[in-house]
Amino acid sequence: MLVALARDSDKVGLAVPFIVFLTVFYIAAHFAVRKFAPQADPLILPLAAILNAIGLAAIYRLSPKEFGPAQVTWTLVGIALFIATLAFVRDYRTLARYKYTLGFIGVGLLLLPMSPIGKTINGARLWVGVGSFAFQPGEIAKVCLVIFFAAYLAERKELLAIASRRIAGFHVPDLKHFGPLLVMWSLSLAVMFFEKDLGSSLLFFTIFLAMLYIATARIVYMAFGGVLFSIGSYIGYETFSHVQQRVQVWFDVFDQRYIQDEGYQLAQSLFALATGGLFGTGLGQGRPDIIPAAHTDFIFAAIGEELGLLGTAGVLVCFMLLVARGLRIAMRSRDDFGKLLAAGLIISFAVQTIIILAGVTRLLPLTGITLPFMSYGGSSLLSNFILIALLIRISQDISGAPAPAETSEILIGGRG
Amino acid sequence: MERQIRRVGIGLIVAFIAVFAQLNYIQIFAAERIAENPANSRALLREYSIKRGDILTLDGERVAESTATTGRYKYRRTYPLGELYGHITGFYSIVYGKTRIEASMDDELLGDSGVLSMQEIQDKFLGGGDQGDDVRLTIHSRLQEAAQRALGNNKGAVVAIDPQTGEVRALWDNPAFDPTPLASFDAKEAKVYWNSLDPQSPLSPLISKATSRAYPPGSTMKVLTAAAALESGQYTPKSTFPDPDAIEPCSKTNNEPPCMPLTNQSLTNFTHRACTGTGQIDLFTALRISCDTTFALIGLDIHDEIKKMAEAVGFNEPLQFDVGTEASTYPDVPDDNAPFRAYAAIGQGDAAATPLQMALLAATVANDGEVPRLRLVREVIDSGGGIVQRTDPETTGQAMSAQTAQEITDMMVAVVESGTGIAAQIPGVKVAGKTGTAQTVEGQNPHAWFIAFAPADDPQIAVAVIVENGGSFGSEATGGAVAAPIAKLIMEADRQIRGW
Repeated sequence: MLVALARDSDKVGLAVPFIVFLTVFYIAAHFAVRKFAPQADPLILPLAAILNAIGLAAIYRLSPKEFGPAQVTWTLVGIALFIATLAFVRDYRTLARYKYTLGFIGVGLLLLPMSPIGKTINGARLWVGVGSFAFQPGEIAKVCLVIFFAAYLAERKELLAIASRRIAGFHVPDLKHFGPLLVMWSLSLAVMFFEKDLGSSLLFFTIFLAMLYIATARIVYMAFGGVLFSIGSYIGYETFSHVQQRVQVWFDVFDQRYIQDEGYQLAQSLFALATGGLFGTGLGQGRPDIIPAAHTDFIFAAIGEELGLLGTAGVLVCFMLLVARGLRIAMRSRDDFGKLLAAGLIISFAVQTIIILAGVTRLLPLTGITLPFMSYGGSSLLSNFILIALLIRISQDISGAPAPAETSEILIGGRG
Repeated sequence: MERQIRRVGIGLIVAFIAVFAQLNYIQIFAAERIAENPANSRALLREYSIKRGDILTLDGERVAESTATTGRYKYRRTYPLGELYGHITGFYSIVYGKTRIEASMDDELLGDSGVLSMQEIQDKFLGGGDQGDDVRLTIHSRLQEAAQRALGNNKGAVVAIDPQTGEVRALWDNPAFDPTPLASFDAKEAKVYWNSLDPQSPLSPLISKATSRAYPPGSTMKVLTAAAALESGQYTPKSTFPDPDAIEPCSKTNNEPPCMPLTNQSLTNFTHRACTGTGQIDLFTALRISCDTTFALIGLDIHDEIKKMAEAVGFNEPLQFDVGTEASTYPDVPDDNAPFRAYAAIGQGDAAATPLQMALLAATVANDGEVPRLRLVREVIDSGGGIVQRTDPETTGQAMSAQTAQEITDMMVAVVESGTGIAAQIPGVKVAGKTGTAQTVEGQNPHAWFIAFAPADDPQIAVAVIVENGGSFGSEATGGAVAAPIAKLIMEADRQIRGW
């Protein structure tokens, strides 16, 4: 972990004090894990640190004076928050007690940008600002809402899973149990309509749907959710010209009509990745600075240009390993709340990663959202550090016995 | 719950694998195709981070240079002398690409020519900045200025060539354009200026008339016709021809030459009268006073020979040059269209020539019948001042014998001494020349031409001048009145500059 950090950073001449601070903080984080959760999963923190270090190197390379140092500072704050979370949340089950408080905070944070202190940046109103300080409350809301969902679903799962009637051969739960799904759908639509933030809207709805499925094992919720999702997408497409643009650009990014305007950013992202090829141009040798927002949503394309497919594949493997470890924790957790919480956290992490990676590689229409641990942005970093702290906390209490070989081998490709 | 988590997990892993597959596609399989999209500015940015070499005149005047900027493109191209060299340097524009020397010498200017000089090897090891090589033209700045001055406000073109080396010493057309605004990084500024140049029109100032517009050459073509006649062995300067007012169409009552076959149109002399009034004219006199009927008859007689010589001088294919040229035309006229053979021989009908081609014709006569290879670039110089590349004079063949060339020279001297070209006389210098007054479309004034070289006995400079539609002389214009004085000014300027 430290080697990766030092090596990547050296190449761009990361200021020595920052390396020292980061090293000290990560070592502190490591000892915090040893002290507060000695039985915890040993891979989560190093994987996050590697991703974070690569992201820092890329941001430093793009903006050594402004965003680089700021991101280091946010990382240090994030690690401090990570340690604090481990120290204060000694038993994750206590979180379930505050589920409604956290739920309200989550929804409140989510809707905060619609209030007068909200700020519109790059067309999306998902910021709140006080003076020059801007924050994306949606990132923190994500963690709060996952805790709420986990507690709520753990409590109600039997009830929600009861199939009281049969429709077209399916066991279908009572209609009133579709209520929560509809509420969540409305909330997602509200985010989409009022904050014009497709990425977050998609993310929240997907997390909830996946958790509902895990809790109840009812495919019918997934099916109904899928229908709701289609309706929501249709409404979005019909209502917002920028949604239509995104889809058109996705189909035809190199079309002369879009390439210099709406499609410019995505085209530049693809040019960056294509220019990188297998080995990349080498750190500092490419021109990722041409991509608008290279340091935030498009950090992955910037890495792809200078480190090539080897770099992007490496990053992808780290994300996959982290997700696999998270799922392993979720499966081994001994109580429903722990399972749902770990699953929700890691799914939110994974879905967010996939949404932006699929967007910048043109696998799916682009929806702006940050890449966890790598993109520039304080809110995103802090929430992800809290997220892995909670995962580590849950992993402390999983069944001590080694995992059955087949699952861990499949998911993590060997015992790490 | 484990089962559901595992299923969701498998879904997520599949999504990650899809991203990985897509990355392979973008970064490996389709990488080249994607990266080559013209909207990918990376290659351009790399190019603009190189200090592109300067373009210099023969005498060291800087006509294109790169200046450092603070923007995202490191160097900007400027052309300190504006439109004077626009048609020579061309432009180097982000929006409109590269033209002329900026295009043909692109590799050298970017330092990419494959020739590594000691200086460049040293730079590579010591990490010196990326710097291209300078290109030195064959153009002499003072002659170029003289050409611009001499043509004045007339629309037209001037080409001056050193006949012994083929080096082009002046190449000016009016109207011209200033390449600097086109090289602007402000796309809007470039676009506004570009549109003001009427880019779609064949008459746009963006097009160099001198190299790329073929005009009817009129009587200047008679130099070629006369040379082919002498070279054929059938004629000498003393050969005599009938001298009618016009060549009438052949008919039952008039079927003895001279008559025009297969037509009901007569070919009238420019003056609408017989050239000498004596009923006879010899070839020498016919060229001196530019007698149309004489050359029309030669055209009818030896069309194929004239065409062959025209091609030896460069007609019917774009001239090889350091910038793009348009082909001049000496038409291939079949037997059943014979009148057009007569017209081609006097530079009308389907005959068309660029000013560069006509200058090359004069230079060929001046160079004892050997066609010099035209050149616009003298040498390529690296940042340390070392010469990386130098082009030596070449010839592209012998178009006529030295004797023919000498006989034509004598005739052309007579043109200036006592014929249609007396306005080109320079005291103390024997000038050889030929006028041309080329009919264009009905209702438009004729183009005034003059081709010349001097001194006739030791040629230093060969010149072609065209003034479109007679310039200020309008319908009264002739090559002798309008174009000859301009050619004279240029030859005088060259004499002053080089001291011959």
